[in-house]
Amino acid sequence: MLKKHPLLTFIFFGFVLFLISNRIDELRVYQGATVAIYAIGISSLILLTGYSGQVSLGHGALLAIGGYAAALARIHYNAPIWLTFAIAVLAAAAGGALLGLAAARLSGPYLAGTTLALAIGLPSIANQFSIFGGEQGLFFDIGLPPASLGEDFTQYKWFYWISWATALIALYWLRNVMNSRYGRSWRAVRSNDVAAELAGIHVGRNKVLAFTISAGLAGLAGALLAMTVSLVSPGVFPLALSFSLATGAVLSGVTTLGGVMIGSVTLVAIPEIALAIANRYGSETITTNLPGLLVSALLILTVLFVPNGPVEQVRARHAKKAHAVKK
Amino acid sequence: MNQFLDMVLIGVSAASIYSLMAISMVLVWRSTRVVNFAQAGMALLSAYIGYELVARIGNFWIALPLAMILGAAFSAFIEFALMRTLLKHSSQGAIAAIAPIIATLGLLGLIRAMIGFIWGHADVQLEAPLSKVGFKFGETTIVMSPMSLFVLLFVITMMIIVSIIFQKTNIGLALRASAYAPEIAQLAGIRVSGIRTLGWAIAGAAGAAAGILQTVNGNGSLSPESLEFSLLLVFGFIAAVIGGLESLPGAVLGALILGLVLAFVQIYISGSLVFAVAFLLLLTVLIVRPQGFLGSKAGRRA
Repeated sequence: MLKKHPLLTFIFFGFVLFLISNRIDELRVYQGATVAIYAIGISSLILLTGYSGQVSLGHGALLAIGGYAAALARIHYNAPIWLTFAIAVLAAAAGGALLGLAAARLSGPYLAGTTLALAIGLPSIANQFSIFGGEQGLFFDIGLPPASLGEDFTQYKWFYWISWATALIALYWLRNVMNSRYGRSWRAVRSNDVAAELAGIHVGRNKVLAFTISAGLAGLAGALLAMTVSLVSPGVFPLALSFSLATGAVLSGVTTLGGVMIGSVTLVAIPEIALAIANRYGSETITTNLPGLLVSALLILTVLFVPNGPVEQVRARHAKKAHAVKK
Repeated sequence: MNQFLDMVLIGVSAASIYSLMAISMVLVWRSTRVVNFAQAGMALLSAYIGYELVARIGNFWIALPLAMILGAAFSAFIEFALMRTLLKHSSQGAIAAIAPIIATLGLLGLIRAMIGFIWGHADVQLEAPLSKVGFKFGETTIVMSPMSLFVLLFVITMMIIVSIIFQKTNIGLALRASAYAPEIAQLAGIRVSGIRTLGWAIAGAAGAAAGILQTVNGNGSLSPESLEFSLLLVFGFIAAVIGGLESLPGAVLGALILGLVLAFVQIYISGSLVFAVAFLLLLTVLIVRPQGFLGSKAGRRA
């Protein structure tokens, strides 16, 4: 069904999510919104890795640009919600284009190191200029849900709706881009840039374009994240966020968009699982350290045993089987 | 004039620690073509081990070399247990370029969680063994203290030892040969995989020293989420890249440039701009001279 009617699938998925939102409690609704935001962030990283085989360890910085841009637009110009999101996308994409100009020249681990440096350094820039509100950050309030949705429609459910609607549209669009001329060019560049260049693909331009789009999506995720916590501050976009996104991308499989849900659900589920285990043994050391331990262990195991991600693994196995049957 | 002297002293003493970090990154890069993003985590672990040893033995001068040996052993173990399997498993496809990055990132998380389990999240203090009050010349106090002088001398000694190992001994020759042409080295009878582990071990010792010296030279406090160590990683990486990521003298030169530039910014402009300037320096070098100051152009393509 996904292959033949992608749009229908996305709409169906959206409907299921809508039904779910009416059946779960407030905390799960909030976590559901977080899953949607992670899905956007991770897919932006997958796009980036999809063109270069490189990974950004500082995507949190691009999320931060989006979040701050949205908050500033809201505070100073009282922009409507949808416009703040658009501004977030544009601002982050502009930042991404600049970074992409440098990144297009980087190979090997240089991009990872450079983006890591950016993510670590960003808080100090936020503290430097008073317009960003320093350590406390800025308040980002998108307002109450419309009254027409009824009295008992909660704020978090509103966040959930917005996040998932945005995520589904973004993922659907990204899927189409990946299957378009641009997506094919990116894959060609990833597999062999010299051959791609010979086939008439402008490698540098394609890299910058991919980086720009990836950054725009990251900015969108940043604005949504800021929305769910009603705040933008250095603490909302810590280094751990960048690492989480990279983790999510690896768990999802860095080469295909199909697994993006695996990564985002895992990222939200692991702290929950860790908490459940910790409650059972009732120790504070476990509560604080277990999530990190589980995520890191999972990360290393994935890289060692399922390096291309679960979706690609299953696909490869099917392909092998089909091949064997044909013979 | 006095301010200028301060700048040079601050820059050089910061550079000495960056260069240890940069050297360990260069060694790891040369031996396995991996940038070890867990290097700062390993340095942090070594600093904790140093803290534990000082608490038990009570003598910093015994604890430091012991912690370096343990750091070397741990680093060699990581190469042996993790990197070898990794490079064997995922050596093709899009994942090949990023698998080591991700694996070292996971390692960083594991180390942090381990530290959290063993030592908890509250800060612990590793006291400096020497005075941190600057030397006095007549009326003026300079920023160089016995502690930072020791750090400087220690780092210079380390560098001399490492360069003697590299330039004058057979092991050094094997290390250089396996870095430049692993297959030919293997044909010549060098056990390349063992040499790689050795490269990681030396890197681990240098990183351990960097971690401990950074702590005692700074405010002495350690915590699993220490920002200082994230900065140490980034500045070590920047220094290594400026220098060319291939060459040991390059790493020292890169650290020196970075240390002096940052000290200049700190004293003459503003302390909070240090990071932005370091980042700009990295970007400028990567764009203008991507092979670094002392790197060869061919090496960068690896």
